[in-house]
Amino acid sequence: MFEVSDKIIDVKKLRSSIENPKSGGVCIFEGWVRNQNEGRNVKQLEYEVYKPLAVIEGKKIIDEAKNHFLFLEAVCSHRSGLLNIGDCAVWVGVSSKHRDEAFKACRFIIDEIKIRLPIWKKEYYLDGDSGWVNCERCANV
Amino acid sequence: MKKVTIKYFAIFRDHAGLEEETIEVDSVTALDLFEFTQDRHGLKEPFGQCKVAINDEMAEWSSILNDGDVVLLFPPVAGG
Repeated sequence: MFEVSDKIIDVKKLRSSIENPKSGGVCIFEGWVRNQNEGRNVKQLEYEVYKPLAVIEGKKIIDEAKNHFLFLEAVCSHRSGLLNIGDCAVWVGVSSKHRDEAFKACRFIIDEIKIRLPIWKKEYYLDGDSGWVNCERCANV
Repeated sequence: MKKVTIKYFAIFRDHAGLEEETIEVDSVTALDLFEFTQDRHGLKEPFGQCKVAINDEMAEWSSILNDGDVVLLFPPVAGG
């Protein structure tokens, strides 16, 4: 399951959704909003998501993970909208019989999500400035 | 000439000053259209770091455009 939500990620609910009596463990990755990036003090983050395609691509990534790794359940939730420092921006959980497959699948899913989904991150800094992550350096070339 | 709708996101929307536009172009491929919009709106991000979707499906820059296509231009993504 993959979802994009403009609400606070309910980690307890997501965790319970990957419980499986056959699983011997879960691997969970939570991406949080941190207060610094590239030497700048960050106040807030805003995620812009093109939801129709992000959901399709997110589901594809989980299907691809199923073809590569032997896990039981996998779920990912990604935030949209304005987030504060410490908020959970993305949650990935994988349950499996053994830990190795859960670690590998979890890593695969978050890595692919970061590079494939139509999601953009705008940082708002304490000094009042703001900028699109991964774009500002391009614009200065 | 063909009529296409172009949708801009994130920093592209900021540069273009609009969310979308429908225009007649002689661009053959998605890359031709991207280069056209770079000139038109001063988009500086290299295409290799960007993505394109046509009619809500991810596409290659070499994809051939058809009359009536809706082309989504995605600047460098930053999920997670």
